[in-house]
Amino acid sequence: MSALLELDDLSVRLPAAGPVPLLDRVSLSLERGESLGVVGESGCGKSMAALAIMGLLPPGAVVSGGLRFDGQDLLAAPEAAWCALRGRRIGMVFQEPMTALNPIQRIGAQLAEGPRRHLRLGRGAAESEVLRLLDRVGLARISPDRYPHQLSGGQRQRVMIAMALACGPDLLLADEPTTALDMTIQGQILALLAELAAERRMALLLITHDLGVVARHAARTLVMYAGRVVETGPTPAVFARMAHPYTHGLFAASPHAIMAGGRRRLPTIQGQVPEPRARPPGCCFAPRCAAAAEDCRQSPPMLAPLDAGHLAACYHPRAAA
Amino acid sequence: MARFLAGRCAILLATLLAASVLVFLVLQVLPGDPASIMLGTSARPDTLAAMHHQLGLDRPLWQRYPLWIAALLRGDFGVSYTYSVPVADLLRARIAISLPLALLAMALSVALAIPLGVFAAARRGHLSDTLVMGVAQLGVSVPNFWLGLLLVLLFSVKLGWLPAGGFAGPRSLLLPAVALALPQAAILARVTRSSVLETLGEDFVRTARAKGLSRAAALWRHAVPNALIPVITIMGLQFSFLLAGTIIIENVFNLPGLGRLIFQAIAQRDLIVVQDLVVLLAGSVIVVNFLVDLAYAALDPRLARA
Repeated sequence: MSALLELDDLSVRLPAAGPVPLLDRVSLSLERGESLGVVGESGCGKSMAALAIMGLLPPGAVVSGGLRFDGQDLLAAPEAAWCALRGRRIGMVFQEPMTALNPIQRIGAQLAEGPRRHLRLGRGAAESEVLRLLDRVGLARISPDRYPHQLSGGQRQRVMIAMALACGPDLLLADEPTTALDMTIQGQILALLAELAAERRMALLLITHDLGVVARHAARTLVMYAGRVVETGPTPAVFARMAHPYTHGLFAASPHAIMAGGRRRLPTIQGQVPEPRARPPGCCFAPRCAAAAEDCRQSPPMLAPLDAGHLAACYHPRAAA
Repeated sequence: MARFLAGRCAILLATLLAASVLVFLVLQVLPGDPASIMLGTSARPDTLAAMHHQLGLDRPLWQRYPLWIAALLRGDFGVSYTYSVPVADLLRARIAISLPLALLAMALSVALAIPLGVFAAARRGHLSDTLVMGVAQLGVSVPNFWLGLLLVLLFSVKLGWLPAGGFAGPRSLLLPAVALALPQAAILARVTRSSVLETLGEDFVRTARAKGLSRAAALWRHAVPNALIPVITIMGLQFSFLLAGTIIIENVFNLPGLGRLIFQAIAQRDLIVVQDLVVLLAGSVIVVNFLVDLAYAALDPRLARA
């Protein structure tokens, strides 16, 4: 049996933004019921990957490589086939709950749109389905006649999740689902996502810049930098070793590290993610890497296996602890 | 919602009051004595004085304004100085031409502009977009009276399909309505296009696509209703230009409507007709803007609360 979602050396270029790919030969696979956390700084290509999987890249984007969902080659699929998958078998939750809902439509109507379209529900059936969905995401007391501006940010994100789950998808893409929310709400939303994923044996692709979120909610981790995968593997293995210096830097720069280590000042990774058009010839992280050697600046390292299922793209991976 | 309505109604009445005061004062300041125009320049002073008394012009301003408004509220529009018939009768006959003309022009403009604007936005950068916007640019630059003359040349003089002027039934309104509508449609189409383009970039349109809606469904169900909110504002503003346009176009096409009436009344210092007409036109602009506010509240639930 093949994986539910397979990316095989998937590259995305936006000719309008320059010749360098924004997503550079990314490979990953996801089984039913599995959860994968994708981490990286902003601009590393995480959201681009999600939009590529949804087929909602900006106009003019050039995609190459392989993208398969449940055995179906999506890059060769016509637009009608995409429309049949989106919202039905692949759901997506976006980062900004404030702007992701239509401001002039009642939330009930927005929630019913997917089921009416994909499941051919009639008006009455759709109405009771909307109530069930609202109840399932903890909004039983919110009327479907409300407009988005009458809800809080956390409530809106729950509506977004209900919308993404409305047709019982096999795969849920969550792009920074909690970044715009305050800390206490973040935990509730993530717990809800994990619970719903487990309940329906739904695969979850959780995109975030927060390593703590990945550690708690994803079985596997994939670290991206400058459009490439730099480290991937089972979450415990990745966190135990942090073989790529970038992964280690990300962890050191996250607030969780302070809480664990009791340090005062939050360290940062020096420098910035290189602009796509200014990527160095060797390892993209070399200019910011303390361990960079001559070979790092010559040619980019390929992903190489370290141990069972754990890969890193680094000539000088950190040793296992 | 009730508070919103009450507030809007108060604004409506205040604006009408201010407009009527302004119209009254401006017409008193303008040169030209109606009595001397009616009686001719050789009229004797005592005849003039008698005429002033008959028209009520010998009373002070602060008495004449309330008298005029009170009469208007009773439905008494006064008697025209030059036609010697009740102004209400004049207006009634003329509105029967000008109102259908304005409504037809507005309907034509909206029916043309909104589909074209949405179409151009959906096909942004394609040849058809460039073509539609090119024609619209041309339409913006063409004055309506000149367009009216061209239409007459083609459809009346060359082809003989429609009357060139005068009023002989609804067919006579077609060419003037087209001449009024096309330049307005050009502006409205450009506004619609840019508004739809802006809305298409919004997150909620991407959400709609993520739900499995086709490009067209996301456009019509989510982008267009949001994009129409600013378009309606422009439509309200255009209505006043449309009224100004009818004054010119009715003269081009020799239509006996309000536009021609006001034109003649100004030339002949028929002050009571001008006063009534300007208040009527100002009132209709104010009422249309009130309707625009209501449409806003109906379209955008965020406003109804405020």
